[in-house]
Amino acid sequence: MRTLFRFHGGIHPDEHKLESSESPARRAPLAKKLVLPLHQHIGNGAKVAVQVGDRVLKGQMLAGAQGMISAAIHAPTSGTVTAVAPHPVPHPSRLGGLCIHLESDGEDRWIALAPLDFHAMPKSELLGKLRDAGIVGLGGATFPTHVKYGLAPGQRIDTLVINGAECEPWITTDDRLMREHAEGIVRGIEVLRHLSGAAEVLVGIEDNKPQAIAAMRAACAAAPIEVVVVPTLYPSGGEKQLIRILTGKEVPSGGRPTNIGVACNNVATAYAIHRFVDHGEPMISRQVTVTGNVRVPQNIEVLIGTPLAEVVACAEALPGTSGYILGGPMMGLHVDDLHLPMVKSANCIIAKSGQLFPPPPPAMPCIRCTRCAQACPADLQPQDLYWFAKSNNFGKTQEFHLFDCIECGACAYVCPSHIPLVQYFRFAKSEIWQREREAQSAEVARERHEFRQFRIEREKQEKAERLAQKEKAALAAKPAVPAPLPVAADPNADPDNTLQMRVDADIARANMQMRIDAAVARAKEQAAIVQPKNTDDLTPHQQAEITEIETRRAKLREIASHAGADDEPSKSN
Amino acid sequence: MLSSPFITTPGSVSQIMLRVLLALIPGIAAYVWYFGPAILVSIALASVTALATEALMLKLRNRPLKPFLSDNSALITAWLLALSIPPLAPWWMVVVGTAFGIAVAKHLYGGLGNNIFNPAMIGYAVLIISFPGHMTHWLTPHAIGLLELPFADQLNYIFHGILPAGLTLDAVTTATPLDTLKTQLHLGLSVNDIREMPIYGFLGGKGGEMVALGFAVGGIYMLAARIITWYLPLVYLAALFSIAGFFHLYDPAHYASPMFHWFSGAAMLGAFFIFTDPVGSPTTRQGKVIYAAGAALLTWLIRTFGGFPDGVAFAALLMNICVPLIDAYTQPKVFGMKGDGK
Repeated sequence: MRTLFRFHGGIHPDEHKLESSESPARRAPLAKKLVLPLHQHIGNGAKVAVQVGDRVLKGQMLAGAQGMISAAIHAPTSGTVTAVAPHPVPHPSRLGGLCIHLESDGEDRWIALAPLDFHAMPKSELLGKLRDAGIVGLGGATFPTHVKYGLAPGQRIDTLVINGAECEPWITTDDRLMREHAEGIVRGIEVLRHLSGAAEVLVGIEDNKPQAIAAMRAACAAAPIEVVVVPTLYPSGGEKQLIRILTGKEVPSGGRPTNIGVACNNVATAYAIHRFVDHGEPMISRQVTVTGNVRVPQNIEVLIGTPLAEVVACAEALPGTSGYILGGPMMGLHVDDLHLPMVKSANCIIAKSGQLFPPPPPAMPCIRCTRCAQACPADLQPQDLYWFAKSNNFGKTQEFHLFDCIECGACAYVCPSHIPLVQYFRFAKSEIWQREREAQSAEVARERHEFRQFRIEREKQEKAERLAQKEKAALAAKPAVPAPLPVAADPNADPDNTLQMRVDADIARANMQMRIDAAVARAKEQAAIVQPKNTDDLTPHQQAEITEIETRRAKLREIASHAGADDEPSKSN
Repeated sequence: MLSSPFITTPGSVSQIMLRVLLALIPGIAAYVWYFGPAILVSIALASVTALATEALMLKLRNRPLKPFLSDNSALITAWLLALSIPPLAPWWMVVVGTAFGIAVAKHLYGGLGNNIFNPAMIGYAVLIISFPGHMTHWLTPHAIGLLELPFADQLNYIFHGILPAGLTLDAVTTATPLDTLKTQLHLGLSVNDIREMPIYGFLGGKGGEMVALGFAVGGIYMLAARIITWYLPLVYLAALFSIAGFFHLYDPAHYASPMFHWFSGAAMLGAFFIFTDPVGSPTTRQGKVIYAAGAALLTWLIRTFGGFPDGVAFAALLMNICVPLIDAYTQPKVFGMKGDGK
């Protein structure tokens, strides 16, 4: 028996898992139109690699990874690219994102698929292939998998943690996946074990999933993988929390699991890797729980890009449905618009009804009862964070470790005053980010301004130097011509050389005048070149309009000047 | 609600406060059993005053009446204050103390959740400083006093200040066991001699010890129902026990036993109901321990050397002041920072 560790706090909300966990997962019918957001993962959006009008095959790459932290997007079915245009995407901002629009031809024809002999290739090549297969973490954060295993020199992974905890209420996709595809998951874990070089592999599953535990144990029997049963306690499926439970180690604040020699991936990610390595299939679909106020709660295998409406239709939403939750009830996103496409992060769709999700009573003042602090898995003091966030004291929120908040919602769940604490924390975080961005751009603007001042100074100085040099050169050249003059002149006629001096001065003055004239002309010319007027390139119609306005103005000015003291010209237009 | 989490616990502030009121009932029952029903009159009077003052202040502050009148917090203030002052106190004292607590200590500081000081203890402090004479006339428990004032006469005194002909207030009331101990010690008696007096029982004062026991029962219920955490009450009682115990062992003739300190005066009421007021106590675990230990030390000091009969109220108010400081210095390490310094 392995010693398990505890994380601070945690809550026991009603599980609501049985609704959807007892029937086998189905496959959603093929949608006619699919919408594929380019940004389905943490990091840079993918870069479009197809043209509108292209015919593509199922599994063909539509957009490639861009930069280090990014992942590719593939065609979930065969068809035609009809547009690359913004479309609403599931995101808290409710803004649209750039998407590839694909019209399926109904044939669902694959590109040529080939399994991969991952043992035979260098690790860097395998990581590149995972990136190009669009493999990202399916536990919710959609962190590109290849990034987790691209270790810095000197970094080492001792323990690979596979997350099958699935602690959030209502969601059962990992549960079903483990029951039905334990073998495949274990194949995927083998790939991750190879990549990480970890000596120890632990699969953490909450004790409320006995069948999944049995299936995974059976599948792992021959492999050096240990299935560890962890007590059901939300949020034990949080990456940091699960690592703490299984290894006793804490991921340092602001750090990543690799800092303590741990890598963590979800069971669904392992399964996706198996599909890719053993069958050549990139990440084009995932399993999602559809539950809540629906007639047939169930798990459905859905192609990425399928409109959510078609996914929900499989489970038949019941009357009284008032919106949906994409994700779980603790951390999910409220969506009204079912035109949103299925994305890689979506693990659950819950139809909300007033009965299942009654609106919370109005918020009361905080009485500092600290139930939130007792429930916080990050050991924060939510009552203090709330106090500071509410009073816009963002510096203090950072001092009280706002950015260690994982937004699990445990605090708001237990709050007897029903204060929407997580909303306050998200607000404070976004305000701080916004301020940092502003400070950054102000800094850039300041630097730019300072450089401009410096440049102007420098140019002035250079000009002055140039002028002085020219002047010197001119002076040096001048005596060369009239130099013989003093010699040639009659020293008696002009003993003081006054005439000669006057002549020299005249020549110099004339020279100067010429130079000034030339400079003025040059400046005029330059001004004419570099300052195009906004009245250039006008249509004849616009030109006519301008003339008309000019005459009207002239007339007005005339009237005004006649009116004299009456300085309120009538507004004729 | 359009943002996660979409589920919450069914609990509410008013429910928590209601359970605190319920937890006070065993103590109140013992009070009625040993001292007669006069305490119920002051509780009722305080409750009505508290709700009326709360309503008036909410109105003045332009706040909605219903959610705040039904949060039961004003009733807790009222009950705690009524339990802290003599049941025979004139009606206007109950009214003044309660109204001051609610209006000044609670609402002028921003209402529920914003009061720095415990409103009931502020009410008590105002009364004991302004009307010290009235605060010393406690009812004698049944079967001890030579004379027992019938309930009708008690009511007459509370509301009209009239006693039956030929009776003085001193004849029908007594000082508290803590007060008696202090005065008798000053007169040169030893603790043991004083404890022989009829007002003393097995643990503390006769009757009073049973009331304290009732409060302890209510407190254990609150611990079991997780309305309060154990840090505060347990550390308070343990610290009081240790301090009193140390001095009692050092000089038993001059320092009362730890059990006497536990079961006399408002120690039990304080441990479970006054110091645990979440608004005015620290939020961190470590902070609660410091707060409770400080409160215990102050209670013992005021009881032993101070001029007031009991130290709980002033201990609470003095510790209330320290809360922001305690909180600031006892912030726990957050997840992922425990390895610091290694």
